[in-house]
Amino acid sequence: MTTLTSPSVSHDGKKTFVILALAIIFWLIAYNLIQPLANWISFDVFRLAPDSHLGESVAFFLYDVPKILLLLSGMVFLISIVRTFFSPERTRALLGGKREGVGNVFAAMLGIVTPFCSCSAVPLFIGFVEAGIPLGVTFSFLIAAPTINEVAVILLFGMFGWKIAGLYVTSGLVVAIVAGFIIGRLKMEKYVADFVWKVHRKVNVTEEKLTWSDRIERAWFSVKEIVGKVWLYVVIGIAVGAGIHGYVPEDALASILGAQAWWSVPLAVLIGIPLYSNAAGIVPIVGTLIEKGASVGTALAFMMSVIGLSLPEAVILKRVLKTPLLVTFFAVIAVAIIFTGYLFNLVL
Amino acid sequence: MLTIKVLGSGCANCKRVEQIVRKVVSEMSLEAEVIKVTEYPDIMAYGVMSTPGLVINEKVVSYGRIPSPAEVTTWITNALETANP
Repeated sequence: MTTLTSPSVSHDGKKTFVILALAIIFWLIAYNLIQPLANWISFDVFRLAPDSHLGESVAFFLYDVPKILLLLSGMVFLISIVRTFFSPERTRALLGGKREGVGNVFAAMLGIVTPFCSCSAVPLFIGFVEAGIPLGVTFSFLIAAPTINEVAVILLFGMFGWKIAGLYVTSGLVVAIVAGFIIGRLKMEKYVADFVWKVHRKVNVTEEKLTWSDRIERAWFSVKEIVGKVWLYVVIGIAVGAGIHGYVPEDALASILGAQAWWSVPLAVLIGIPLYSNAAGIVPIVGTLIEKGASVGTALAFMMSVIGLSLPEAVILKRVLKTPLLVTFFAVIAVAIIFTGYLFNLVL
Repeated sequence: MLTIKVLGSGCANCKRVEQIVRKVVSEMSLEAEVIKVTEYPDIMAYGVMSTPGLVINEKVVSYGRIPSPAEVTTWITNALETANP
């Protein structure tokens, strides 16, 4: 097999590593300076009282925004480095020989690490089907990849710690595996658009051979791209969260969205379907919901519904899925999300 | 004569790749045909699932990302050398 070599035009390997080392040092210094800086600005420069509501909110905002943005940049960089080892083409090859069951588990996990953009959902679907990957396994991948989104997980981690972030990843995996498996069992191959079955590869793409400085440069490129896209949502989200903090009573939502209200989970999922937001916008909202008394399972179900079930995605997938399969796809995921919501409300 | 194909259904990233290619071609003052391949079966025939893809003289040189102008220049130069040794 021949390899694609990325031409090293602009990059001098050593230079990349020096810049990376400097960036890490800068990141560490900045991360340790934000707390004292936020306090200094709020209490010394603005002269707000530390125990007043306003002082607390401003200090919280000034601390949280740079903290989350730094975490986001650092972790997107790390994840992007990992992702340079994966590509949809390689994932397809890895899934090629897998049966249902094991295949669903593999597909869902690969969905986390494979670079994915919603504009590639259709070619990905066709490519998997064309390679003979079972329909249900393909769906496990297509559910996991957008739902377990790196920005969502990093923001959850930054705002609520690793437990909630871990729960979100786990529930996303469970939903993707179970929903994909069920769709596979339903034998709905005839509801895949006919042209999909006629697609044939003439050639295989060759795999890229990347050096470490290539990987670092690509990761840096995606940091700029992703953080550039979401920073504003993060700032607004944290501002709204900081504002609501003191004005809405603590248990305002407990009766509607608490664990005791059995209908809270399906309601949250139903409300989430027509809502379409990116992860950066939804996480601060979910944070506020939990703070004001919504149970964790309900809040996470709402978040998965908003991110994983979106009408724009349905429109895109309509090109390859006939209506019965499209409806089943959405219904099965919705039911799976509802069950995970209940499960977390029960165990937590 | 070069044939350069940009594979992609018309998303923003695909348009950026096309712009970069056209810019490089005009800077190198080459005779090249730049074709947009937007139909999925045609894209998939190249084995590419992650768009945008870039094909020079029927060889896939890049997929799933936006290459830099410098990279595109190198690929075009290589393709020219292969075509007229």
